[in-house]
Amino acid sequence: MNERKKLLEVNDLQTTFFTDSGEIPAVDHVDFYVREGEVLGIVGESGCGKSVTSLSIMQLVPSPPGKITGGEILFEGQDLLKKTEKEMREIRGNDVAMIFQEPMTSLNPLFTIGNQMSEAISLHQKKWSKKQIKERAIEMLKLVGLPRSEEIMKEYPHQLSGGMRQRVMIAMALVCDPKVLIADEPTTALDVTIQAQILKLMRDLNERMNTAILLITHDLGVVAETCERVVVMYAGQVIEEAPTEEIFENPCHPYTRGLIQSVPDMRDKKDRLYSIPGNVPKPGSIDKGCRFAARCESAFSRCWIETPELYRNSENHQTRCFLYDEQEGVTNANEQTTVKS
Amino acid sequence: MQMNKPLLRVEGLKKYFPIRKGLIGKTVGHVKAIDNVSFHVNEGETLGIVGESGCGKSTTGRTIMQLLEPTEGVVEFQGKDLTKLSANEIRAVRRDIQMVFQDPYASLNPRHTIGKILEEPLIVHGGGSAKDRRKKVVEFLRIVGLSEYHAKRYPHQFSGGQRQRIGIARALMTNPKLIIADEPVSALDVSIQAQVLNLMQDLQKEFNLTYIFIAHDLGVVRHISDRVAVMYLGKIVEITESEELYANPLHPYTQALLSAVPVPDPNYKKEQIIIEGDMPSPANPPSGCAFHTRCPFKMDVCTKITPVLAEEKTGHSVACHLYTAEGNDDIERKKQLEGSV
Repeated sequence: MNERKKLLEVNDLQTTFFTDSGEIPAVDHVDFYVREGEVLGIVGESGCGKSVTSLSIMQLVPSPPGKITGGEILFEGQDLLKKTEKEMREIRGNDVAMIFQEPMTSLNPLFTIGNQMSEAISLHQKKWSKKQIKERAIEMLKLVGLPRSEEIMKEYPHQLSGGMRQRVMIAMALVCDPKVLIADEPTTALDVTIQAQILKLMRDLNERMNTAILLITHDLGVVAETCERVVVMYAGQVIEEAPTEEIFENPCHPYTRGLIQSVPDMRDKKDRLYSIPGNVPKPGSIDKGCRFAARCESAFSRCWIETPELYRNSENHQTRCFLYDEQEGVTNANEQTTVKS
Repeated sequence: MQMNKPLLRVEGLKKYFPIRKGLIGKTVGHVKAIDNVSFHVNEGETLGIVGESGCGKSTTGRTIMQLLEPTEGVVEFQGKDLTKLSANEIRAVRRDIQMVFQDPYASLNPRHTIGKILEEPLIVHGGGSAKDRRKKVVEFLRIVGLSEYHAKRYPHQFSGGQRQRIGIARALMTNPKLIIADEPVSALDVSIQAQVLNLMQDLQKEFNLTYIFIAHDLGVVRHISDRVAVMYLGKIVEITESEELYANPLHPYTQALLSAVPVPDPNYKKEQIIIEGDMPSPANPPSGCAFHTRCPFKMDVCTKITPVLAEEKTGHSVACHLYTAEGNDDIERKKQLEGSV
């Protein structure tokens, strides 16, 4: 499994928003990669920079005020940040496609589904005839499990339900067989039964077409059911990265642990939920020390002075916490696990 | 917790919204937002109401509060039928029934300080001298985990979680007996959600409150509720103790709903029932059982006769033909049963 090639690599990415009240580093030295055919999840709470990261990959960060100020985004070895806008347009859709949270606002209300699907296809397949384009559009709508796809071609977005709109968005994103699909909170606006349908569809497409998926979400349940590997973000940084099973069985960063414990479990009832004290800090408000220190139960003096790096605790598990820095010794980490259990 | 004295009894509650068309606004039909809903809430308990968007759970809350005038039915609070009271009498009753809303951004007046927002219910309901009122504001700010100096601030200066605490404090100002909380945590991040849920549980113990907790998140509802009602298309399809509902769901919709929730544990293998299609429009509900268009156990009788909510075992009521005499007589059902033997 691990021998698959890295398809998309984000190295040391920095995206900053230049606002009247100062520079806000929304994405602060973020590294991760997506392998071929892999489903990678990025989890975090609102304001942690997960959406800005995905927009940066597509270079769709609203500018001004946003700007990618450093790092590189390698797709099949080529740096996307060095591409011109014209070259980028070729890559978007053909190689990397994206779907958004709001299926309502991502579709144009004034055009039929068929119109919008055809536009997406004709932009990338310039030599195709109208008939070919239409056939391809219908084929894609069938692929995402929309019944009566020929009629839907003639309908407007408002005539479809939220789940159907999201299916149309997925169909549109997949028309050119992209190698990577970035899905930014694709099921957040949907009801659970519809969410289950869409997640199943995404898993099926991933298996059948071998499309790598970068799934951005705040829902740990969605991650557990869909992703192979997880990146946890907090205040603009990656704070932990590991395979999904490892993250849930052996969460290392105190934030990840707190997050997993805060979710009310449907299977058994606890008297009291664990809750992380305090609030998510405003981006850019902490410039010294660990960004989680103020809310962390195991913070010690070093956390307030030095900034932790990502420490490797096993071959495929990294944590941004001094408890896993070898300098601190294993004792501290052990103490921590006993506290947890 | 088990005090079997009903504080609130709702019987045959209906709320139809007229659909008007044309110049003179002729009524051409009705959206049956809630259709014949009956339940009771005991003193000191929490009744959870779950369902997907558009199932009528919020309308139920608002109709109990008499913010919406019911089309038909009885809402009996402490022996008084609220639907028969005059506007003045209702205002007096609202001292005992308060509401907490979903969107903490929209439910606080942005031009008023927190002190003024919290004082308002006391002025409306005659809560002593200005000095007493201010004392009480400070007291309740402390109770919900805020400080005295917050009274001078405006809503925009608070985070979502803090605003929801203010919303809860405002509901508590008049010492109510019943609090109707409509999606109080769904706009909050997981770590903040846990804080607010814990606060609500603590307050319930301290002030002997009764809650009606309306939410779409089944994990949250299980955590906080003693009993749970599941709604689908304006009707209660199942109602029972929360433990019983999650361990032994009877209605096919409840079963599908429970299996659709993503569980934050990658090793948890569950049988996933994915129901097809979307919820039908409440303006044009299907004949018979409203769920028959999506139900995996659909029988002939389901399309013809509407099942009524009936007690299947002690304290566990369900509205489904799998458990009725008509259902047992159904030919398809007999065939299914023979097939399974």
